[in-house]
Amino acid sequence: MSVEERKPGWSSLPIGAVLVTPGSAERNKTGTWRLKRPVLDPKKCTNCLLCWIYCPEPAILRAAKTIEFDYEYCKGCGICAGECPLKAISMTEET
Amino acid sequence: MNGDEAVAFAAKQAKVDVVAAYPITPQTIIVERFSDYVANGEVDTQFICVESEHSALSACVGSALSGSRVFTATSSQGLALMHEVLYLASGLRAPIVMAVVNRALSAPINIHNDHSDMMGSRDCGWIQIYAENGQEAYDWTLQAFKIAEDHKVLLPVTVNLDGFTISHAMEGIAVLEDDDVTKLLGTRKAMYKLDTTNPMTFGPLTLPDYYSEFKRQQVDAMDNAPPVIEAATKDFGKISGRQYSAVSTFGLEDAEVAVMCLGSIAGTARTVARKMRENGKRVGVIKLWQYRPFPTTQVANLLSNLKCVGILDRSVAFGAPYGPLCSDVASTKVLTGIQTKIFNVICGLGGRDVRPVDIEAVFDRALRHARGEPVEEPVSYAGVRT
Repeated sequence: MSVEERKPGWSSLPIGAVLVTPGSAERNKTGTWRLKRPVLDPKKCTNCLLCWIYCPEPAILRAAKTIEFDYEYCKGCGICAGECPLKAISMTEET
Repeated sequence: MNGDEAVAFAAKQAKVDVVAAYPITPQTIIVERFSDYVANGEVDTQFICVESEHSALSACVGSALSGSRVFTATSSQGLALMHEVLYLASGLRAPIVMAVVNRALSAPINIHNDHSDMMGSRDCGWIQIYAENGQEAYDWTLQAFKIAEDHKVLLPVTVNLDGFTISHAMEGIAVLEDDDVTKLLGTRKAMYKLDTTNPMTFGPLTLPDYYSEFKRQQVDAMDNAPPVIEAATKDFGKISGRQYSAVSTFGLEDAEVAVMCLGSIAGTARTVARKMRENGKRVGVIKLWQYRPFPTTQVANLLSNLKCVGILDRSVAFGAPYGPLCSDVASTKVLTGIQTKIFNVICGLGGRDVRPVDIEAVFDRALRHARGEPVEEPVSYAGVRT
């Protein structure tokens, strides 16, 4: 995980927390909240996409043969690991 | 006009764009009169009828964020029901002006005056002004728009007037010409506003990494308020001939003791002080117009010339060492190292009359403390049966 960049101080922020320009959600990478990290065993994954359906974010990305995780937004909730019928996803300690 | 009518008239002259309010005694007359103005076509105001005070202030917040000039009024339980929205208004920097016609909080239910409603929401981030009579309520309502909408401040303002004592008391009110009010207040210019052609997000989630910064901004806005208030009172003084400030004093040029208070009690206190001064007693009165931000420096300067001050609180801060006003004065003493003796008298709860003899007793006690008698009872309760 990247070192947190220096954030703006109170005197330089727009008053009242107004977001003056749209699109800030794209800049705020909520993956920093994650305590556990989903890791895929590609040998077990059949690309059934149950995890993709259940992920509340969505932080499961569709790829050619298996799914991939969007670690910039995955908050580590573990629902994907719980739902995977083939136990292809394991939750590991975030470092 | 009575005090409520004077406030409604001020809101009319301020040409407010939106009023959203819900009736509650003793504020009702303000909204009634204003709805008359709307019905008669005397104002060009959107009057939003809502089902509660919570909704009233919520509508006001949305309207203020759209760039409108916004006014509302409430009392007691109504203010309590607004409580969570009070913090939204100040946090979103919505410069709403609200008349709070002070009334006791239930239980037991009571419709008469004390300050427990506003003091219960004291730390909500609003600028808080207390008027002594209908004239002051009118004058401060006009000045409040100028203060709230200033971009250095952008905070909501409550103008407090004592229920019934001011709200329902008929009095001759000197009103300004409409044109003078328009010249004084102009139209509101919003810093940011809800606008479909230039979309912005108001009220986003801020987590631990940002929330403190926005609270610190609100502190800065409060710190910016005193010079803006002073400038507003000067502009208002030029056109009205009535000059306001953070603090009003009587007899302090030679007083050795004083009574400090908020609101309509000040009139009684001045009358008593005048009579006592005629009998050679060096007594005075300190009345705060501006309660938030607390005028710490001015209070410290006034206290430094006095031997003892009796502080009247019209509400109880249950379990606290002092009532709210006296707590602020005690903090001022600690911050500035002033040694003036203080004592706290809780009085006038639920409309209990604060009589001249009650005030005289406070002055007499202050004089005894000034002569060396120790303050053994830091908080006492005037006029309460045992």
